[in-house]
Parts: sequence; structure tokens; C-alpha cells
Amino acid sequence: MNLIVISLLVLGITGCAAALLLYLTARKFKVEEDPRIDEVQEVLPGANCGGCGFAGCRALAEACVKSDSLDGLLCPVGGAPVMEKVGAILGMTAAASDPKIAVVRCNGVCAARPKTSEYDGVKNCRILHSLYVGETACPFGCLGCGDCVAACPFDAIHMNAETGLPEVDEEKCVACGKCAQACPRGIIELRKKGPKGRRMVVECVNKDKGAVARKACLNACIGCGKCQKECSFEAITVENNVAYIDSEKCRLCRKCEGVCPTGAIHAVNFPPKKPAAPAAEGQQTQPTAQKEEVQA
Amino acid sequence: MKTFRIGGVHPHDNKIYSAHQPIRECPLPDKAIIPLVQHIGAPAQAVVEKGQKVKVGELIAKAGGFVSANIHSPVSGTVTKIDVTSDAWGMKMPAIFIDVEGDEWLESIDRSTDVIRECSLEPKEIINCIQEAGIVGLGGACFPTHVKLMPPPGKKAEVLIVNGVECEPYLTCDHQLMLEHGEEIMTGIQILMRALGIQKAVIGIEKNKPDAIARMKELASRTLGVEVQPLRLKYPQGGEKQLIDACIRRQVPSGALPIEVGAVVDNVATIYAVYEAVQKHKPLISRVMTVTGKSVEKPGNYSVRFGTPLTQVVAEAGGVPEDTGKIIGGGPMMGRAMNNIDMPANKRVSGLLFLPEAESRRTEPENCIRCGKCVDACPMGLEPYLLSKQAEKKMWDEMEQHDVMDCIDCGCCLFTCPSHRPLLDYIRMGKATVGGIIRARAAKK
Repeated sequence: MNLIVISLLVLGITGCAAALLLYLTARKFKVEEDPRIDEVQEVLPGANCGGCGFAGCRALAEACVKSDSLDGLLCPVGGAPVMEKVGAILGMTAAASDPKIAVVRCNGVCAARPKTSEYDGVKNCRILHSLYVGETACPFGCLGCGDCVAACPFDAIHMNAETGLPEVDEEKCVACGKCAQACPRGIIELRKKGPKGRRMVVECVNKDKGAVARKACLNACIGCGKCQKECSFEAITVENNVAYIDSEKCRLCRKCEGVCPTGAIHAVNFPPKKPAAPAAEGQQTQPTAQKEEVQA
Repeated sequence: MKTFRIGGVHPHDNKIYSAHQPIRECPLPDKAIIPLVQHIGAPAQAVVEKGQKVKVGELIAKAGGFVSANIHSPVSGTVTKIDVTSDAWGMKMPAIFIDVEGDEWLESIDRSTDVIRECSLEPKEIINCIQEAGIVGLGGACFPTHVKLMPPPGKKAEVLIVNGVECEPYLTCDHQLMLEHGEEIMTGIQILMRALGIQKAVIGIEKNKPDAIARMKELASRTLGVEVQPLRLKYPQGGEKQLIDACIRRQVPSGALPIEVGAVVDNVATIYAVYEAVQKHKPLISRVMTVTGKSVEKPGNYSVRFGTPLTQVVAEAGGVPEDTGKIIGGGPMMGRAMNNIDMPANKRVSGLLFLPEAESRRTEPENCIRCGKCVDACPMGLEPYLLSKQAEKKMWDEMEQHDVMDCIDCGCCLFTCPSHRPLLDYIRMGKATVGGIIRARAAKK
């Protein structure tokens, strides 16, 4: 009996002493942390993709709390709604941001870009790029080994077996930029998604002179400059034999698409252009509706 | 018989096709294209203009820095343009285009075949002469030779190691050069010894070239301080560090250059070029190339002026065989498959190998069975299985810790892997990335 009492007492006292010690230590060495960091982290998607430029969601949350304004801080996954919530927690206004999307700027489909050699090494764009021009004659185009697919943490980019090119799933892509980093040829660009996902893209980055580029790929931009002349908003620049559309200046008039002799300029997510036969009246009204949208 | 101590593999040497074929002169092209990048280091800067007449041996591009090399006109004619051309891998490189007219040499060049043995130039003058002649290491790396001959302060060369190993299967150009121009090479060795201020030279030759060993031994017996070291067959014995270990039993520390252990290594072809530059005032404008393969009609060793399209060299050897699956620039171990043989011959291309379709295919890789054969085979004592996995997983820091920068791209790991894993492909990619990271770090500091 006595033994039990003594043991209980000894254990109890030791326990209390240890608890007191822990409590005092915790008080003494407490790390002051802004509780808002946790709150902000709660709002963030928690994908830890690094698309914001920080090491993860926690790092972005810390940066948001530390910073005086939310300019330049953006979670590409959550976009404007999440940043608004973050702003609400911190009592700041989130900078307006246009949602972006990864765009593959190569349209060298198998039919347009004949194979000149066969590569039997490792299916890895980085390795292939370091070895030689690739299976086709275009030294700028997509290599088709799928480094971008492997890099995507959101399963938003896939190889199309028919064209041999990667395709971005517009629903899933959050513009974290992982694929753009992975591409050794710098084909993938993060561009403004545009109203209703509509955008104009030059799907070629070939810097060769027109004739050389055209010989390698029928869909190549030959840098003729017709689109630049046609554009009334100075949105198109032709540099190093390749055209580039500035998505900030582009007003989606689609004129450039019509003049491009090689079809390198693509209008994405637009309704089908004026039907050949004036069959349905509803369809004819679409262009005007579109114009209104643009003006708005 | 000696050989290097760590790793190594034994590929079939396949030299029978072109061995003992006398060096034949390849005819001059109608239009020569001379690339401005034919060496490691900064590209050369063109010093000729469109329309200018040039003679054989005239300087057409000046070295773009200390680690760079001059380029001389290999033909006589008119410069038509300075533009870009495609290399053997489809990438662009700047080049000088010359329309060939006759074969008019600079008068200062001695074109006789007499061997001039006496050299009374000062070491500085010799090195200057080598630098002017644009000589680079013709063993494969194309490192400017004059840089090797100027050890950094505090370092002293003790022994010149002459690389007559030619460990790459199929290639025979160095072998033939030793047989035909042994005396010139011996004089070249003496010139280099004089330039370096040393008394000792060792010529390393693998034992599959007994006639070359006999020939060089006979010449060495008449030359003070030069000895011939016959070596047991093992790839990659021609690697600088492996050859030093094999010949003088010294190991170059990780990340260091051969000069660290007092050695300077030069290939026999380079030494022949040194002889020609110093004694005959002939700059580096041609080299001996091996064109070989099982189905090649006339395999052999060809003396080719730079700028000659490789297609013309191939035509000399009887054209591209019908069953060709891969054309490799260099040997089968370290060479690279080419997808364009319109490329002009240059200082870099030591051979053309035509592999039949059946032999050229890579086998489908299987899982690593952790047998450790690649570790045994690696002549640099690395762990290829680990490095390749790290490269696959983009673990650059870990790769650096595991000394990926010591990899010499010899391909022993890939050759020995029973699962045919693409070890070297990944390691090379990792090495390039880690090299970039290290350079960026150095630039920051």
C-alpha cells in the first residue's frame, strides 16, 4: 500500500514539475508570429506549386502579410477571387489581375513538319535539345517528348498523339508556369486568357529566315510582316523573323489571322467565323455581338 | 603490361576495316565552308571580307580570346560570304564561304616532304608559333594546344605524355599517322619538350598496334628522353587522366588539370601538326580522318582539308552504304550520330563511322537490377546508376556532391549496363545543368 502511495506521489510531483518547466520554457521562448499568416494560408489553395514565385503557399502567405500592398503578389491557382479574400483578411485591396493560361506556341503538326531523322534515345526534351535539332528540321519547334506534361502538377497539359504537340486543358490550367520552365525551347508562354478565353496567338517561334522556316514547317511564321501592317492597334511586332502579338494591346479584331499566309496566327475560342452559306441568321449576328463585347 | 587502374571496358576494336590503309589525299572541294567554331572556347573572329582573295594558309579568322584558336584558309580562292551554316546536328554556326580557285599556297609554307629535325627556336617562340598556327587538340576535345603549353604560375610540367592510344574502336587515323610520319612526330615531341623545358616524354600506344609500337620504339631509341610505353587494351585509355595513370602511375585529383601532377598530354595528330607548324610554317588546315564501317566500300584514312563537305569525303570512300542506320562523327563510344553530312570537315571530326541498321538501334531500357557493373566500369570512380537517377529527378545539388563534373562522357557505364539503361544520356544532361549552376554561382561571386 505504502509503495503505491509513494510511487504515485513521486510520479505526480515529477509530472507537475515537468509540466511547469515546459510551460515556463514555452512562455520564455515563444515565437511571435502574426496570426494572419495562418489565416491567409487557410485561404490559399495549398497546392504548393510555386507558380507565385515563392517556395510554397506558406511562403506566399508570409510575403503577403509582410508586404505593404498586394501589388505583384498573385496566386495564379486561385486567381483574383483568392487574392480578394487575402486582401480582406489583411485589409488591403488586391491588385486587379487578368487570369493567364499556358499557351503552346508551336503548330508544327506531324503533317506540316516532315521527319528528317529518327531519335531513339531517352524520351526527354532536355536531352534531345542538347543533342541536336530534333526529328524534324525545325530547330525551334516542339520536340514532343513531353517534359511539359511531366512537369505539370495539375494534369493540365497532355500530348496529342495525332499532332505530336502538347495541348493545354483550359479548365485545369492555372498558369503556374511549370511547363514554361520545363520546355528547353521556350515554346510555352503564359498569356492573358482573354475575355471568354478568346485570344490571338502566333503559334510559332521559329527565328529562321522565311524560306528556311517554311522549308522546315508549313505552319511556320515566316516573318513577312503582313500582320504587323494589318494591325491597327500596334499590337504586333516582328523581330528575328517571327511575329509576336502583345496580349495587352490586342483588341481581338482577328484581322491578322486573315492575312497570315502560312496560318501561323490562331484565334482561340472564337465562335466559327462567318459561315460560308448564310444559313442561320443567329450565326450572322455573332460578329457584331463580339464587337460589342470587345468594346465593353 | 601497364594500363590504368580504375574501371574501363573492352569493346571490340573493329579496326580491321581501315587499319593499314595508307593516308589518301581527299580532292579539293569546289566550294569550301570554314566554320568559325572549331575548338573549345570563344569563336574565332573573321578577318577577311567578302570578295577578298585568299591563299592556302592565310589567316582568315583570329582567335576570339586566350582560350580560342586562329583559323587559316585551307583552300585558295575568293571569299563569297560570311554567313551561317548548319552543323552535323542541324544547329547554326557562323562560317566563311570560299569559292575554290586552284591551289595556291602562301610562299612561306615549306611544302617539301623532307624531315627537318633541327629546331633552335626559344620556348616562347615555339609556343607563339603553335598559337599562330591555330593548333588544337586533335584527339577529340579540340582544346587549344598553346594553353596547355603555358602552365599557370607555380605549376611545372615534368613529363610530356604522347597519346598514341587511339582507344576508340574503328578509328585508325592516329595509328596510320604514326606509321607514315613517325619521324615527324618524334621531331614534334622534341619541339614540345623544348617548349616545356622538360627532358622526359612517354609515348603511350595500345598493344593492338604492334607495328606502331615497333616503329616508335626504333625512333625513340635514337632520341634522348623519349620512351615508348606499350599498354594493355582497355577503353578509355586515351582519356587524359587514364593515360597519365597508365603511363606514369599518377592520379589527377578530382576537378584538377593534368598539370597538377606535372603532366602535359598531347595526341600524336596534334604533335604532327606542331611539327608542321614549327618546322614547315604550315598552319593547321587539314587533318587525317578515318572513314570506316562494315559495309563501306573503300574504308580508309583520308587527309582532308577543312571546309571540304563530308559528303565529298564519303564519296571518296565509295558513298554511303545502303544498309546504313546511323552515321557517327568520331568513334562509336564517344562520337555522336549525325543527321546532316553536308557539314564541312573541321578540326573536330576525327572520323566517320557508318553503322548498319541492325547494329545502330538502341535496345529498349529495362529496370536497374543494382548489379553495380556501371560502378565497376566507370574510369573516374563515379556511381553512374546514382547520378543518372539524380539527373532524372533533377537533384542537381546532390549530383554536384557526387562529383558529376568529373564525368568524362566515355560511355563505359552505358556500354556495360545489362539493362541497357540510358545512363550517360541523363548524366550528360545533369552535367550540363550542374556546370551551368556552378558557372552562375562563380559569376555571382
